[in-house]
Amino acid sequence: MAQIFAYITYKGSVADDSALELLAAAKKIDAAAKINAVVAGSGADLNAVCTAMAASYNEVWKIDNAAMAYPNAEVIRKALVNILPAGSIVLMPHDTFGMDLGPGLSIKMNAGFASDVVGIEGVDANALKLVRQEFGGQVSTHVTCDISGGAVITLRPGSFQADESKSAGGQVVDKSANAGDLTVGRKFLEVVAAEVGDVDITKAEVLVSIGRGIEDVENIGVAQELAEAMGAVVSCSRPIVDAKWMEKSRQVGTSGQTVKPKVYMAMGISGSFQHLGGIKGNPFIVAVNKNPKAPIFQVADVGVVANILEFMPELTEKIKEM
Amino acid sequence: MEILVCVKRVPDTSENEISVAGDGKDIQRDDLVYSVNEWDNYAVEEAIQIVDRAGGNVTVVTVGGDDSEEILRREMAMGANNGILLKDDAFEGSDGKGIATILKAVAQKSKYDLILTGAQADAGAAQVGGMLAAMMDLPYASLVNKIEIIDDKKLKIGREIEGGNQEMNEINLPCVLSIQTGINEPRYVGIRGIRKVASVEIPTYGAGDLGLAASAVGVAGAKVKKIDYFVPVLGDGAEMLEGSNEEIIAKLIELLKAKGGLK
Repeated sequence: MAQIFAYITYKGSVADDSALELLAAAKKIDAAAKINAVVAGSGADLNAVCTAMAASYNEVWKIDNAAMAYPNAEVIRKALVNILPAGSIVLMPHDTFGMDLGPGLSIKMNAGFASDVVGIEGVDANALKLVRQEFGGQVSTHVTCDISGGAVITLRPGSFQADESKSAGGQVVDKSANAGDLTVGRKFLEVVAAEVGDVDITKAEVLVSIGRGIEDVENIGVAQELAEAMGAVVSCSRPIVDAKWMEKSRQVGTSGQTVKPKVYMAMGISGSFQHLGGIKGNPFIVAVNKNPKAPIFQVADVGVVANILEFMPELTEKIKEM
Repeated sequence: MEILVCVKRVPDTSENEISVAGDGKDIQRDDLVYSVNEWDNYAVEEAIQIVDRAGGNVTVVTVGGDDSEEILRREMAMGANNGILLKDDAFEGSDGKGIATILKAVAQKSKYDLILTGAQADAGAAQVGGMLAAMMDLPYASLVNKIEIIDDKKLKIGREIEGGNQEMNEINLPCVLSIQTGINEPRYVGIRGIRKVASVEIPTYGAGDLGLAASAVGVAGAKVKKIDYFVPVLGDGAEMLEGSNEEIIAKLIELLKAKGGLK
């Protein structure tokens, strides 16, 4: 079996939650293997992350370069191609960084590529059997990835139970000198912080959250009336913001806000993993959707198959009558 | 600016319930409503807006069967100047790398300043743009939600990153960008617009025309192969409330009271 590497991302001096999920996933590929980590960045924060990761990984390959002070995937890809042994299996999170890095890295390493993997079912000869989802999570699929020439695999955050055993007793290995030429055609400029909206949905205890099922901007009032009756705040899923019907600050999801309500009313929201990734704290989730196959029903506590445009006004009326 | 936009015909998930077919080898394809992949449609709109500002042409290309011609015409009705259909039995069963290999071959037949893809399509893989860029040794950025032209050598682009933040980059042309939804407001296409482009000739190329070996694409070239489809199980599943609307709402109100959902 080829050497497995987990690519560790971090913010400040702390590794991302995915760091130990990747370790758990790696052990599902080969329970007996010694798993390595690779971390690219710069300075004291990088050192702190590498030291912390050595508790969990056999070797932590550190790549320290000022050009990586911000994780520019194009720069990091070049370094990894120069540093990782041919035939390696590289795991990374399926987030906005992994999506930027993974596909191109697989080409440059001449390796197989599978993305947004939610399950690993073992290796048969050179075929790694994986679980993915298609059509916005409405169906799952088994795929095999030929790993004979290595592989790059991105894993859906939260899909693997983090391996907290910290039993590797590993060491940090400085590979910075091998990074090679890091000239790329893309230059990081700055991060523009999200705009602050009129309402802070992250503080709300009850959210009435609307998705595509609202159908038209003119129907948003129906959700607002329900929210008023419940003493709740209106939030939404991505398509509502894409359509410019609500402010970005109202969007729940990995690319929007992370909310921690007591009760989450998912109204006409299909429940993509990016949306679910923004709901924390294990709220009571009520899902109303006319599509009985909507993935939201897999994670909701209570579900109703109905058209929200008919259901919400009835619910509002009954609550007002109380 | 000469812009190539890679598009795909997909079942419209907002219009369809997707079910697993009896033998698990495919989804139920009967009566599905197909459309252009949503992300790709934003990419085409963005390309048209860039050409409106800077001049040039937009070419839309897809790998698919005869059915895929309809989405090329739809995007041409939006304002794309040219369409190209890449069709060959040898392309069937291609994985992401196979599709990128086919697109690279057509991209190299002309000189494009900018190549756009959608950030992802129906399989949610988010892979073709990044692969195509690496194969062509072009700079790449994914999840792009803003494009400004600096000059004929450079763009300033925004990438959508976690938490609603935006990562700004400068990127050299030619380059490949994968486009995130919400970057613009795609224009509406009416039936009259589609009728106008109904008779425009759309060139079709196969593996031979593109100089592709059959072993590099399709099932033969694929490292990733689909085994089957099955019904997903993420959590324990919701307790589904059934009965008359009145009964459902009464039960729901009871639950909401208990869980602190009503004030």
